Amino acid sequence: MSGTDKLIIGGREFGSRLMVGTGKYASFQQMVQAIELSGAEVITVAVRRVNISDRSKESLLDHLDLTKYTLLPNTAGCYTADDAVRTCRLAREAGLSDFVKLEVLADEKTLFPDNEELLKAAAILVKEGFTVLPYTTDDPVVCRKLEDIGCAAVMPLGAPIGSGLGIRNPYNMRIILETVKVPVIVDAGVGTASDAAIAMELGCHGVLMNTGIAGARDPLAMAEAMNLAVRAGRLAFRAGRIPRKLYATASSPLDGVIQ
Amino acid sequence: MEIQINGERHSIEPMTLLDLLGSLDINPLRVAVERNRDIVPKREYGSILLADGDLLEIVQFVGGG
Repeated sequence: MSGTDKLIIGGREFGSRLMVGTGKYASFQQMVQAIELSGAEVITVAVRRVNISDRSKESLLDHLDLTKYTLLPNTAGCYTADDAVRTCRLAREAGLSDFVKLEVLADEKTLFPDNEELLKAAAILVKEGFTVLPYTTDDPVVCRKLEDIGCAAVMPLGAPIGSGLGIRNPYNMRIILETVKVPVIVDAGVGTASDAAIAMELGCHGVLMNTGIAGARDPLAMAEAMNLAVRAGRLAFRAGRIPRKLYATASSPLDGVIQ
Repeated sequence: MEIQINGERHSIEPMTLLDLLGSLDINPLRVAVERNRDIVPKREYGSILLADGDLLEIVQFVGGG
């Protein structure tokens, strides 16, 4: 069943519904192994100035098999639509793909998105032919506007970036899922496997995480756990859970009990 | 002449963008370049002659979420 259950974004098909970041790992080797164990096909990267004075550092791309993964460059650290758009244009030139994870931040403490700037940037980027995956608050109205602009998916946060608080507002996620037709990817807030499973059981189409794996005591074990959780959650969603009831219903036949 | 690369001033001889990247030991395939706020397509690196006062941003992909 899961073999035919593909995630489609911007016309591209993905077998895995888990997207992972490449930040915060102890080494490139650990990062590569974690990505492998996560089963992810889409991996996020950041765009930063090359260090001109010290060229000794290895390049991230030297460690990734680019035939296996779709790179999703982000605009992390951008606080205006203008900076985010510039970063996306640079990312497209560096990576030769038009996929971008658009984030325009409003505040350093919460890293919540500035939705006004986000919508502005999304409109420009869609017009320029980018496949835009915007990181947004879990606000169904903003998600609808992002879809109307032409974004290929919406990526509401479960909780603040790196907080590990899980899906703080599952009811908003459900409204978002009923509101938009594009894929809904929970981006940020996932702290452990059950958080990812809950996102998938709600019906979300995918989950994106970085700290949840890279920050775990054993990132490789957590990468595998997240892989299983996203698949289990998706299967459970498709299987259809039983209704919640206050009282018991016996699983064994009521007749034929010995007297 | 003087140009700015990633916010720092550098004195260089007249040269193309491709030559500059070579002199900085930067693989052109691994970076993207903005010159005076305009993206430079990779195929133009060899033909763009840098000018005094140019502002360059040279970026690459790094780990991120």
